[in-house]
Amino acid sequence: MQPFEYYAPHSLPEALTVLADYGGAARVIAGGTDLLLKLKAGRIAPPAVVNLKRLPALRGQTVNSHVTLGALTTLTDLHASPQLRARLPSVAAAAGTMASVQIRNLATLGGNLCNAAPSADLAPILIALEAVGLIAGPQGEREAPLEDFFTGPGQTALLPGELLTAVRIAPAAGPSTYLKLAPRACMDIAVVGVGLALQLEGERCRRARIVLGAVGPTPRRARRAEDVLLGERLTPERIAQAADLAAEAAQPIDDVRGSAWYRRRMVTTLTRRGLLALAEAA
Amino acid sequence: MTFHHLTFTVNGQAQAVLVEPRQTLLDVLRGPLNLRGAHRGCDSGDCGACTVMLNGQPVTACLVLALDCQDAQVLTVEAVADGPVMHAVQQALVDKGGIQCGFCTPGMVMAAVALLNENPRPSEPQVRRALAGNLCRCTGYQKIVEAVLVAAEMSA
Repeated sequence: MQPFEYYAPHSLPEALTVLADYGGAARVIAGGTDLLLKLKAGRIAPPAVVNLKRLPALRGQTVNSHVTLGALTTLTDLHASPQLRARLPSVAAAAGTMASVQIRNLATLGGNLCNAAPSADLAPILIALEAVGLIAGPQGEREAPLEDFFTGPGQTALLPGELLTAVRIAPAAGPSTYLKLAPRACMDIAVVGVGLALQLEGERCRRARIVLGAVGPTPRRARRAEDVLLGERLTPERIAQAADLAAEAAQPIDDVRGSAWYRRRMVTTLTRRGLLALAEAA
Repeated sequence: MTFHHLTFTVNGQAQAVLVEPRQTLLDVLRGPLNLRGAHRGCDSGDCGACTVMLNGQPVTACLVLALDCQDAQVLTVEAVADGPVMHAVQQALVDKGGIQCGFCTPGMVMAAVALLNENPRPSEPQVRRALAGNLCRCTGYQKIVEAVLVAAEMSA
């Protein structure tokens, strides 16, 4: 690793000032489970690292009509908190598919989203739930739907000097789930990830979100697949049709975890399984 | 390159160390503190050989910046036994043959102790999941898992 200066600010204004002073060249650290790897591999060499973990503004979870999760919420918090399991079961489950106990105790919601790996496991389900990112920066605060947050592999809509402070999720209007395809039960990055959220009215689908991860430069909605479900009964045939359309929204690449061909096929499989499960549970 | 003073508690003892920002918790434990039970396996959070408790939770010390441990409580494998009396997990690993080369063992002990602290009667799948972040190249895991289940029973 190249040397860096280390800061551990105690307030958001202090943190934003340090980041502004470095003109966007400083990196922030939360859990460090992605950042430390990049530093050790020499892939990045920032002049400074700013520890976010002492910022109260990024901590905690508020559960009222909405659920607002501080960016420092760890994957363990998401997975194990009884309150979050009750209010956001599909998000809790998604967090549980990630890494190991040791990593989950360190890694954070904000880190997973801002690291913006195409395979980030929290992205598809949060986008499916229409979550909103709360952002603080030198120009003040703003909000951005997570659907618009990812702009490329490892790239987000955060402007230099901005921080994701929290994620807000409206009450779910129906069932949701995250399916992850990976060779092992733990410790693997998704080969394909599918986040699903449905709003059902009687037997018909009133709203659908189908969000694909690990099969494109960013997580993306499979809009044509969503559209084909609208107003329809979730029959096996209709679900199969949506699952096929979902694969068309995928833009996977060949890499060590899987070929593009295989990933496209697995988008169909996971989408079909997920929709069948949600339809059955309803 | 600026050195910072780090003060934190390790195995119940207050420690003060001069630390460079790039140093990880693992570097400081194995270096100035001479607590070499936490092993440097992959140095990238994948193998679990460096597992220690940070504020009561098992973490891979190789991914924690030392300076991030300011005012923290760290527990390493050296403090798991009660003097000459081994922890149930350690005794069970010996009794069941869950130790071959021993490289993964401290990390396994920490992960298992963390599990039993939180869930005193785990099922086998729960044990395997709790140890999923700890790799072993020797044993094939079976004896390690059995040892943790026996330890749970002994402690109940």
